[in-house]
Amino acid sequence: MDIKIQELTKSYGQQKAVDQISFEVKTGEILGFLGPNGAGKTTTMKIITGYLESDGGEVWLGGKSVKSGETKRHIGYLPEHNPLYLDMPVIDYLAFCAAIQGVSKSQVNDRIRKMVRDCGLDEEKHKKIGELSKGYRQRVGLAQAMIHDPEILILDEPTTGLDPNQIVEIRALIRNIGKEKTVILSTHILPEVEATCDRILIINKGHIVADGTAATLRKQAHGQQVLHVRIEDGNSNDISQQLKTLPSVAAVELLDTEGQRFEVQSQAELLSNRDIFNLCVKNKWALTEMVALETRLEDIFRDLTLN
Amino acid sequence: MNPTWVIAKRELGSYFDSLVAYILLIAFLGLTGFFTWLIGADVFLRKQADLYVFFAVAQLTLLIFVPAITMRQFAEEKRTGTIELLLTKNVTNRQVVIGKFLSCLLMVCIALLFTLPYYITVSYLGNMDHGATLCGYFGLILMSSAYISIGLFTSSLTNNQIVAFLLSIFAGLIFQFLFDIIANNMTGWLGSFFESLSMRTHFDSVSRGVLDTKDLIYFGTIIVLGLFLAEWNISKKN
Repeated sequence: MDIKIQELTKSYGQQKAVDQISFEVKTGEILGFLGPNGAGKTTTMKIITGYLESDGGEVWLGGKSVKSGETKRHIGYLPEHNPLYLDMPVIDYLAFCAAIQGVSKSQVNDRIRKMVRDCGLDEEKHKKIGELSKGYRQRVGLAQAMIHDPEILILDEPTTGLDPNQIVEIRALIRNIGKEKTVILSTHILPEVEATCDRILIINKGHIVADGTAATLRKQAHGQQVLHVRIEDGNSNDISQQLKTLPSVAAVELLDTEGQRFEVQSQAELLSNRDIFNLCVKNKWALTEMVALETRLEDIFRDLTLN
Repeated sequence: MNPTWVIAKRELGSYFDSLVAYILLIAFLGLTGFFTWLIGADVFLRKQADLYVFFAVAQLTLLIFVPAITMRQFAEEKRTGTIELLLTKNVTNRQVVIGKFLSCLLMVCIALLFTLPYYITVSYLGNMDHGATLCGYFGLILMSSAYISIGLFTSSLTNNQIVAFLLSIFAGLIFQFLFDIIANNMTGWLGSFFESLSMRTHFDSVSRGVLDTKDLIYFGTIIVLGLFLAEWNISKKN
C-alpha cells in the first residue's frame, strides 16, 4: 500500500512543526526518517496514523485519505515512547490488540505465536509488561504494531533501548517485513538508516532537506571523489606537481611530507584512480596506499541540518 | 468481536487484575450493609419489608464509588500515553468512550449483584413490593450511568486521576444536593426548574416505582451529554 503525502502542514500555536511537506513511499520500500529533535518527524508520523489532524494538506494511504478513518486498520504503529498497559501480561495484551484490530478468532492464536517468536518474547510472554526491561517492552511494542499483519508500518525510533544483538535482530525483522510492506521508521542512529532503509528522508525545521538513497545523498553532498594516496620513492614536490597535471585531478594537497601522503580531489564526475596508478608506473614510484574517502552520513546530516 | 466490547472487557479485567475492584466492592458492600442492617434507621427499625434504607445509602456510596472507578479511564491513559496507541488502533473515538462506559457500568452492576442477598433476606422477612424494589435497582443503575458519564467526562479533561476524581465528586454533589437545596429555597418556576435538575428528585421518582418519561429523558440527557463531551475531549489532542 502506497503512502502519498501532499503539502502537509501542522502548527502548534505560532510554531510550525511541519511546513508543506510532500513525499511518497512505495510498497516494499523502507523509508528512514531523519532529522534533529523537533524537526517534525513525530508530528508527521502521528498525522499519517490519524492520531493528529493536519492543518492543511492530505495523506493518502493506498488512495484513501487518512481523514476517512478507513485507513487505521492497515497501519501498525509504534509510538515514540512506546506506551503500553503495564498491568497486563504480554500474551493478554497481544490478544487484546489482535481483537481490537479485528484479527479473526481462528487466526488470533497463530498471529500471537508468530509475533512472540519473531520478536523473541518467548521467555517473557507470561510476565506483566511492567516487569519487563526496556528492550523487551520495545519488542512488545513492535509485536503489537505487527499483530494484525498491517500493510503499513510506522515505527518511531524502533530500536531505542535495545542491546546490540537485539538491534541486529530487529533490523533484520524490519528488513524482512519491508520486502512486502511499506515501512516508515524514524531514528537518530545514522548507521541504522544505512543498514535498514532503502531511502532516506532528512527533515529539518518542518522542511524536507534531502531525499534519496544513502549513495545519492553522498553524491549530492560531495560531488567529487576524494582519494588519500601514499606515493613513495619520489620527491614530494615533484609528485605533487605531476599529480596536478593529470586531467582528471582537480586539486592536490600534501598531507604529510615524511609519509608522502596526498589528498587528491578529482574533477567532478571523473575518477582519477587509474590515472594516478599509471603516473606512478611511468615514474617508477611506489603506490603504497590509495583510499577513497566516503563522506560519512553524519557529515551530510550535519551539513543539511545546521545552518 | 466488536471493538467496543473488546475495550469494555479489557477495562473490566484490569479492575480485577489490580486490587481496585476488590477494595471498592468491599467498601461498597461494607458501607451499605452496615447502614442497612446494623446502625441507624435500619431495616429492623423501620419494620417494613423494603430496601428503602439500602437505596438511600447506596445513592451516597455510589456518589464516591463511581468517581473512583471512572477517574483513571482517560486520565491515566493520557498520562502514560497509551491513549495514542488506543486511538490509532482500528476503533473510533466513540467506540472507545462507549467501551469504557460499559466497563464501568458492568462494575457497578457487579457491585449491585452482590447486594441481592439483602433483597432475598428482606423478602423473607415480610411482604415485599417486588416491583418497587426492582425499580429501585433500576434507578440506581440509571443514576450510576449518569455519574459514570460525568466521571468519564471529567477524566477526559485532565491527565491527573485525583483531579478527575475530585471534579466528578464535586459534580455529583451538585446534582445530588445543591440543586435540591436551591430548589427548596426558591419558589415558583425557578424552584421547580432546580428541582427538575436534581438527581435525587428523579431517583426518588423512579424508585417509587413510577417510570416517567421525564425521568428517563433526564438521565438519558446527562448520559449522552457526558459521553459526547468526553468523546469531543479526546478527539482534540493538543
